[in-house]
Amino acid sequence: MTFFDYFVEYAPLFIEASWVTLRLTAVALVIAMVLGGVIAWMVMSRFGPLRWLGTAYIGLIRGTPLIAQIFVLYFGISEIVKMPAFWAGALALAAHNSAYIAEIFRSGFQAVPKGLVEASRSLGMGRRKTLRRVQAPLALRTTLPVLGNQYIIAVKDSSLVSFIGMTELFQTSRNLQAQNYEPLQMYLMVSIYYLAIVLVLTFVVNRLEHSLSKHRRPVDTPSGGSDRGSLVESGKSEGAE
Amino acid sequence: MTGTPQGQPLVSMRNIVKTFGDNVVLDGVDLDVYPGEVVVLIGPSGAGKSTLLRCINGLERISSGTIEVDGQQLSYQESAINRIRSRIGMVFQSFNLFPHMTVAQNIMMAQRDVLGRSANEARQRAEDLLGRVGLGEKADAYPDSLSGGQQQRVAIARALAMDPAVMLFDEPTSALDPELVGEVLHVMRELADAGMTMVVVTHEMRFARRAADRVVLMADKQIVEEGTPEQVLDNPTSERGQAFLRQLSEE
Repeated sequence: MTFFDYFVEYAPLFIEASWVTLRLTAVALVIAMVLGGVIAWMVMSRFGPLRWLGTAYIGLIRGTPLIAQIFVLYFGISEIVKMPAFWAGALALAAHNSAYIAEIFRSGFQAVPKGLVEASRSLGMGRRKTLRRVQAPLALRTTLPVLGNQYIIAVKDSSLVSFIGMTELFQTSRNLQAQNYEPLQMYLMVSIYYLAIVLVLTFVVNRLEHSLSKHRRPVDTPSGGSDRGSLVESGKSEGAE
Repeated sequence: MTGTPQGQPLVSMRNIVKTFGDNVVLDGVDLDVYPGEVVVLIGPSGAGKSTLLRCINGLERISSGTIEVDGQQLSYQESAINRIRSRIGMVFQSFNLFPHMTVAQNIMMAQRDVLGRSANEARQRAEDLLGRVGLGEKADAYPDSLSGGQQQRVAIARALAMDPAVMLFDEPTSALDPELVGEVLHVMRELADAGMTMVVVTHEMRFARRAADRVVLMADKQIVEEGTPEQVLDNPTSERGQAFLRQLSEE
């Protein structure tokens, strides 16, 4: 059988497995965003113990391999409750990504110019309102490209969940190559599916980035001229010293 | 405006001391600003002018002393400071417009979130003020598409939209190209003429002369001289004041 024959034959299997991978990654990322937000908030807290806890969490997660985290969570939790592989995998992926996302959020917030926060506070906007209206939207804009990158990594990392028996995309290729003894073809094939998902995701993130950066595009007349009201016209002579 | 103090001061600062670590920045400063008065703070850089200004709305916490704004003692407790800040307009050297909002949204945000005005009311107010600063057509532009002078005029409109009791200007023209300074000073002079209470830190001596009711000269963490523009700028009595003005005329 040629690669093409295999491709056609296995397409329904792979497409179904793709949905599992997408669901798994999506669930993991939603949890990771919330958790990452909380961790970032802890790391930026003025309260020492919270800060240390957040920093320790990030250090722990970043310092250990994802595959170990998946195994520890899967076997650790199944000691206590019977947890489906899907949720064990999703939780492990979520915990793993939350540490990276927390760091992305933190750097995004710290990139918001201090003057903008001061301007907002000077208008009487409280800490929380300033966070919601000024810091969060601006942080999101600067972090979106990095966040998109993290999502792409997460899609590919989800393949490791196959090792706890989840029949997602990668596990499908492993199963098939065990049947037909065509490892090269099967792993090439599964790579095509991952690539397709990543390309679509990249496109979506780019579009989002584009629509969020409207303000970066200069609209017209760089230094004005005709727009000055009569009120201002006469003031020009006042000029600099 | 003759600057005769009337009634209670709007801003009253007593024996203000401000330190950053071991570094003393303000060393026992007293300042009163009366309603309708335009006070211009001048002095060499590092004298503490901007810090003094930033103490008025609590952007800097004083180390000791007392500040009263509009009859209320300044406290740093969150809801109290927010209430007082909504009564004090602040204009920064670097404009600090919110880049992700249009000009109108910049002016509407705090009107809605702090004063609870409706979208229509806030929009109307924004348009009125933009007209007043000569930018009526820029309501839906983003700040990045505006010149520095235009951005600063929007920043003034944003502060005015809160109907502040007093306006603070922290070197509002220092970041501007020379040809754009005039349009901002003009708006400020109109405000002064309209009776707005203003405290202005600036290096623009011509503005001080034409718009100030009182010029306050700071040097070495203290106020060394204050009086009418003529008194302070033409006949300074203190040694530090004379030195500063000599330096200015040499430039």
